[in-house]
Amino acid sequence: MRTLLHRINWGRVAVHVLAYLAGLVWIVPFMGILMASIRPQRELIHGWWNLETITISMDNFAEAWNHPTAPIGEGLKNSLIVTIPATILPLIIATLAAYGLLRLRFRGRHIILFVIVLLLSIPQQMVAVPLFQILLDFGILNKFSGLIITHTAWGLIWITIFMRNYLTTLPVEVEESASLDGANRFQTFTRIVLPLSIPGLASVAALQFTWVWNDFFMALITLYEPSMLVATQRIPLLKGQYSVDWGVLSAASLLVTAIPLVIFVVLQKYYIKGLIGWTSK
Amino acid sequence: MRKTIRVWSEVLFFIFPALILLAIFVVYPAIRTLSMSVYNADGDFVGLKNFADVLISKDVLNLSRFPTDTPPWGAIPHNALWILIHLPLVVILGMVLAVILKDVWGASFIKSIIFLGMITPMVVGGGIVRFIFDEHSGIFNAVLRGIGLDQFVRSWTVYPETALLALILGSVILWTGFSLILYSSGLSTIPQELYEAAEVDGANGFERFIHITVPSLKPVTITVVSMTLLWELKIFDLVYTATGGGPGGASTVLALRMYTLAFRALDFNKSAVIATVMTVLTLTIGAWLARTTRRMED
Repeated sequence: MRTLLHRINWGRVAVHVLAYLAGLVWIVPFMGILMASIRPQRELIHGWWNLETITISMDNFAEAWNHPTAPIGEGLKNSLIVTIPATILPLIIATLAAYGLLRLRFRGRHIILFVIVLLLSIPQQMVAVPLFQILLDFGILNKFSGLIITHTAWGLIWITIFMRNYLTTLPVEVEESASLDGANRFQTFTRIVLPLSIPGLASVAALQFTWVWNDFFMALITLYEPSMLVATQRIPLLKGQYSVDWGVLSAASLLVTAIPLVIFVVLQKYYIKGLIGWTSK
Repeated sequence: MRKTIRVWSEVLFFIFPALILLAIFVVYPAIRTLSMSVYNADGDFVGLKNFADVLISKDVLNLSRFPTDTPPWGAIPHNALWILIHLPLVVILGMVLAVILKDVWGASFIKSIIFLGMITPMVVGGGIVRFIFDEHSGIFNAVLRGIGLDQFVRSWTVYPETALLALILGSVILWTGFSLILYSSGLSTIPQELYEAAEVDGANGFERFIHITVPSLKPVTITVVSMTLLWELKIFDLVYTATGGGPGGASTVLALRMYTLAFRALDFNKSAVIATVMTVLTLTIGAWLARTTRRMED
């Protein structure tokens, strides 16, 4: 017994205990949302952790999906309509720009790059009011196209820099031999650069999709008609001023979070790589 | 000559679409906001008068209550307090958890759980924070009751004394995943020989952490600190959903003041002042990050 006790590495035990304790602390809030979403309101009043009587039902999800003031089902549909093009468009336009800024030798390329780097640090609040006016002038305020173009322009900033950094890691010799074989810039780009960039593009797609989907501020200033609101805009509308139906709010929260969660699980490798590559360039 | 034409047609094809979109939807609006901050509603140039008006308004800096009384203190002290509490917690928790989780069975699962807060939309995060701190349904108050601190049991987000603190603590839960992931990937780049040599020299675990891990992770720390600062300065969604900045402005922040001034009070010039102040702060952090990383690369 004494020798067994001696053999236990107490340091390692402590590390494991701390690790699982941390896991517990961080899972509890999400556990609460999950429990609240599948249990009726009367069981939540005394705490979702109270497990004496458990009634599991999908009523909260049904109510959130068809909510009278802010139906989440419609919001999810709107979010998809906005997010898919607002991921693909900036991906294409920014990758073109990134390649051009890296390979083309023309006057002004340094200043363009500098300005884009500068724009990286600008908060969305800095453009909000004039942007509202521009979308109004163009007749695309309160239209999906207005929010799509807003996210596209905003995404261009980080994706251009990200892809430019990514492209610098690709070997330039392959491109040179292609151009010796008579390929023009565009052919070199589509046949050589793009296929080599697929991991980088996957990272960008995962992050841009999640950020657009999760966005609230840009949607808040560009879409205001109740039937047009995207999913994130509907979450604050589900809570009353004084009493909150935690069940419905939790069910709606899970529905809205499900899509970015799937993206993360499926593209985890690219997601993490992109986030690390992006922030510590 | 033909070569020049070819290059410019390539520029037109590759770069022009991005430049047009950036010019119309980012650069022009940003410059417009900057100019709005020095004009009044009638279009007269007023210099820095708007700045003076906004910075002493009680929603931005409430000197009759800050720092001696309870909140509301105004958006600037609130953002500052956010940084003061959130930043060190996120840095320390991320670094320590990354080290702890290095060789623990099931570590990748725990990391994924902690990272959930980064995947969750921040409007949902706001709901989660409010739920955690609810008087009857919230787990935080259940824990307080469990350890005998009944006098602190209440819906934390609806009282001016506690609303801001609840939001800040909740935002630590939501954002730690970011620093954890960066530190975890940073740890894997530290050469194992450093630790082995220190062990030979008789350094214990804590000494190895202080003298090897922390200094080796300095580049990661710089990234984590600057990204977290930017996040804290721009925080909006979380506050909007959890408290709406209330009660009575006790949890308002700069981004929320900007939104309220622009889209509720329709005072575009004053909202432009807040946006400009935010931009000056975030640009400073961006410039600091760029300079520090460049100096470290040299």
